[in-house]
Parts: sequence; structure tokens; C-alpha cells
Amino acid sequence: METLVNVPALATTEEGYLKNHKEWNEDWARETAVQYGIDLTDKHWALLRWLRQKNEEGVALTIRKVANSGLADIKQFYQLFPGGPLKVSSKIAGIPKPVSCI
Amino acid sequence: MNDTLEMPRTAPAPKLVAKESKPVKKVLIICSKGKLEDVYAALIMANGALMEGIEAKMFFTFFGLEAITRKHADRLHTATVGNPAFMPDMPTVVAGLPGFEAFASYMMKKEMDKLEIPRVTEFIEMIDAAGGEIYACKLAADMFHLGMDDFLPEVKDIITVGDMYALAEGEGTQIIFI
Repeated sequence: METLVNVPALATTEEGYLKNHKEWNEDWARETAVQYGIDLTDKHWALLRWLRQKNEEGVALTIRKVANSGLADIKQFYQLFPGGPLKVSSKIAGIPKPVSCI
Repeated sequence: MNDTLEMPRTAPAPKLVAKESKPVKKVLIICSKGKLEDVYAALIMANGALMEGIEAKMFFTFFGLEAITRKHADRLHTATVGNPAFMPDMPTVVAGLPGFEAFASYMMKKEMDKLEIPRVTEFIEMIDAAGGEIYACKLAADMFHLGMDDFLPEVKDIITVGDMYALAEGEGTQIIFI
């Protein structure tokens, strides 16, 4: 697996969610994405920033809300973050585990 | 022998065996009912699986076909008669009055709206966009005289029970019947 050098490890939960979202940085996000086989593009970054902003605002995130963000529809969201898009993107964005069922 | 009190004997601690993780890889959800709550249970589980990265297939049969029929998908009702968990103090004669079921279903949908639960047709669009597959049962479709034109565009095909089992093929598949 390709990993970047000099990216300090940050404390995560057992499932891989960042414990303190304030510690998040772009290098860490890049390296975490690599672990999920994702090479971050502008589209990914736009979504990650949007997720972080919504989390800051205290919004409970759902796939439907992401689809209504205008950044990606449901199909694109699943393609950008394969294997469970909301969970994978939340991990990379350094925000807590989503708790929605929808 | 020593004089000290014997240590109480306890059962040896069970050895820790590394548990082999066998996650669910695919779900096949069969929806045979047309009541609002049953259809939503099926949709929520299918969508929830996809959200976890689990493959999901849906097979609608019998009254479950209502959920994928263009005319009825967004007009499903919940039963107010013969449903003891719903308003337990409501006498059946009242619950059976004309319009009561429609009113109760309307109220339930309003509550669901508050939780941002999508309408049935939107939910099916979401499942399709997420890579889930939706099928109709051939026997039930024949029985209710329904064809592909009657179904929502996301319905992939009308298939037999044998084809349905083929959808469940593979290790780590679970079949859920509603």
C-alpha cells in the first residue's frame, strides 16, 4: 500500500473515525483515503469540506442530504467513496460516525 | 501439604480464540406485503445495507408489488383494523369508519416526513442509484395482471422464484422475508 511519509498518525476510534476533528489535516485525509483505495480529486475535496462544514453546523448527515448538496448525486457519491459512501467519506473528513439509518 | 486455606477453585478462563470475521456481503430482501410499514421496513433495510457497502437485491411479490407499481407506490396505507399495536384503545368499529385509514396513513406519513424519510418512489430511486436491484415476482405479476409498464422504471425485470434464488448466490448472503 502506498503511504505518504511524514504524516503523523492521529488518534482514531476502533472503527477508524478521528477522535478529535480539530486535528484533521489534508495530508492525513489524503493518506486515510489511500487506505480505502481512493485517490482524492477536487470532487472528493469539495465533498469533504462540505461534510466538515455541515458537521460544524451540527447537521445530522444523511446520504440524501449529501445528494441535495449539489456536489454529487447519490450515484456519484457511491462511486466517489465506494464501500459505504457516508461512512468512508466521514472517516476521511475526520468527522464522527454518521448515526442516520437513511 | 500446606495449612493455608485452599484457594477457591474457579473454572479456567476460556481461551480466547481468534474469531473469524464473516460479515454479511449481500442481502436479498423479499417484500410480500403492501402495508406502509412493511414496505418501509424492506426499503430501509435494503438502503441501509447499501450504505454499509453490502450488496442488496429486492424481490417484490404478492401485495408487495403495490410498492413498485406506478399508480400505488406513493399511496400505501397502514392498516387501522386488524392491527392491535396501532392505537390499541381505538374500537375496531371506529377504526373501520370510511376515511379513517386514509387519515391514519396521512398522519403516519407526516411523522415520517419530519424524520426526512423519503417517499416510496424516491426511496426506490435512491436504492437503484446506490447499485441495489429491484425485481418483481412473475407469478404475482401474472395474478394481478401487471406488466413492466405498470412498474416503476427502476424495476429491472419480472422473474421467477428460481431466478430469485439465483440472485442470492454467493457466500455471505442473507435472505430476509417480509
